[in-house]
Amino acid sequence: MTSSSPDSLLILRSLISKDFKVRYRNMSLGIFWSLVNPLVMMGVLTFCFTRILKNDQPYFPLFVLMGLLPFNFFTLAWASGANSVIENTALVKKVPFRRELLPISVVLANALHYVIQLVLLLLGVCFTVGVSTSWAWLPLVLLLQIVFVCGMALLFSALDVYFRDTRYIIESTNLVMFWLVPIFYSFENVAPQYAWIYELNPIAAVILLTRTILLDGVSPNPATLGKLAAVSVGALLVGGVVFRRIERNFTDYL
Amino acid sequence: MGAIILEQVSKRYYLHRQRQLLAKRALESLRWRARRHEELWALRDLTFTIQPGERVAIVGRNGAGKSTLLSIVAGVTAPTSGTVKRTGRISALLELGSGFHPDLTGRENAILNAGLLGLTGPEIRRKFDSIVAFSELDRFIDEPLRTYSSGMGARLGFSVAIHVEPEILVLDEVLSVGDAAFQLKCRQRIDEMVASGVTLLVVAHDASIETICERALWLDKGAMRLDGEATEVLQAYRDATVPPVPEPVPTV
Repeated sequence: MTSSSPDSLLILRSLISKDFKVRYRNMSLGIFWSLVNPLVMMGVLTFCFTRILKNDQPYFPLFVLMGLLPFNFFTLAWASGANSVIENTALVKKVPFRRELLPISVVLANALHYVIQLVLLLLGVCFTVGVSTSWAWLPLVLLLQIVFVCGMALLFSALDVYFRDTRYIIESTNLVMFWLVPIFYSFENVAPQYAWIYELNPIAAVILLTRTILLDGVSPNPATLGKLAAVSVGALLVGGVVFRRIERNFTDYL
Repeated sequence: MGAIILEQVSKRYYLHRQRQLLAKRALESLRWRARRHEELWALRDLTFTIQPGERVAIVGRNGAGKSTLLSIVAGVTAPTSGTVKRTGRISALLELGSGFHPDLTGRENAILNAGLLGLTGPEIRRKFDSIVAFSELDRFIDEPLRTYSSGMGARLGFSVAIHVEPEILVLDEVLSVGDAAFQLKCRQRIDEMVASGVTLLVVAHDASIETICERALWLDKGAMRLDGEATEVLQAYRDATVPPVPEPVPTV
């Protein structure tokens, strides 16, 4: 929108590293916090669903982790991405640059954490279930999820400027999602009449695909993968277009 | 290079536009005649051209639309109607140190800020030492910004800003930074940029602006009141706005 063309890649990199550094700067454990949280949750859920409620799912801790990690990435990146424009009001009002970079940088910073967590998960899988050639599919699933979350963050960060209620909608949705996404139970246990709830949910698809790839060690179901790809690209298009449409009036509302 | 062309630019804001309940706002937009909001035209039908290398001051009282005009020229805000054209690299200093984060070091903030202001990676690497030297922060550049005094932060912001080497420089009353010595340095740097032919658009109340600018625009309630030679416009503006000095009241 200006005749000057700021180096978008440089800004994106700076924003990502800013997000990263700011989050852990004053903590002695630093980056380890992003590993501690899912591990604690894994421990608690494993305790509840193997000691209290009996469960015959093999490798239950890893099984839970394969649900938790994609879910955590989605909820954190979506919520903080949606906040990113409002949080940077000063920047948006004073500096001309591509504002899409704000939500996208937040999603990518979260994706970096997610990748570190996935590496840990892969180590766990490697020593228990074993390595499989199906792992080659994991980067694609990861990429599709990032694309989907970018779309959602773009859409909701733009809406958040107009309707500050957006963040509460997101919070509530994430709370509900924890139970409606197969994190601590298997999709196979879901009765057929409720299956559509899961089939419409891209995060459930990511979790299913991750488990197929890592736990079953087989190639993912092409239909599930195809649907995820379609929804992800669709979300990015819708998010991008909506963001573009209403971005020009951001400064009037901030 | 470095020209600004505005054609019939207007900007409307709505007053009393409270954030309403989602449902209420949805209902309202369904109604065949939407409720009227009180309007405020921050800019009315501005048409002017600034030639490359021209140095233009904007004067006007508070609320005359000076800052709105600058943010439209900078491309931060979109006009309600009319068109804005710019040619050449523009650097808009509507605020110093935009996006500075207290937990990042001076170095990290400077790099992010430089990128936002339009410098590329190699340019930043090449100029970084000079940015630090100009800001006089060398010993503190790797300390977090929250340990800086406000003057130090502003110096860093200004130092990054003047290293952008734009063809159009837009300034919003950011010149009064740091102590007298630093202000002199800033002033010299701006003189250098002017000498090298930068197009300058600046909002200022400072009397010294006449020595930099050859042309001035006087905005009055969003409309152009006078556009002409700097000394004449500023004289007319002062005559119209500065109240005559009252007679000293003799004290008993």
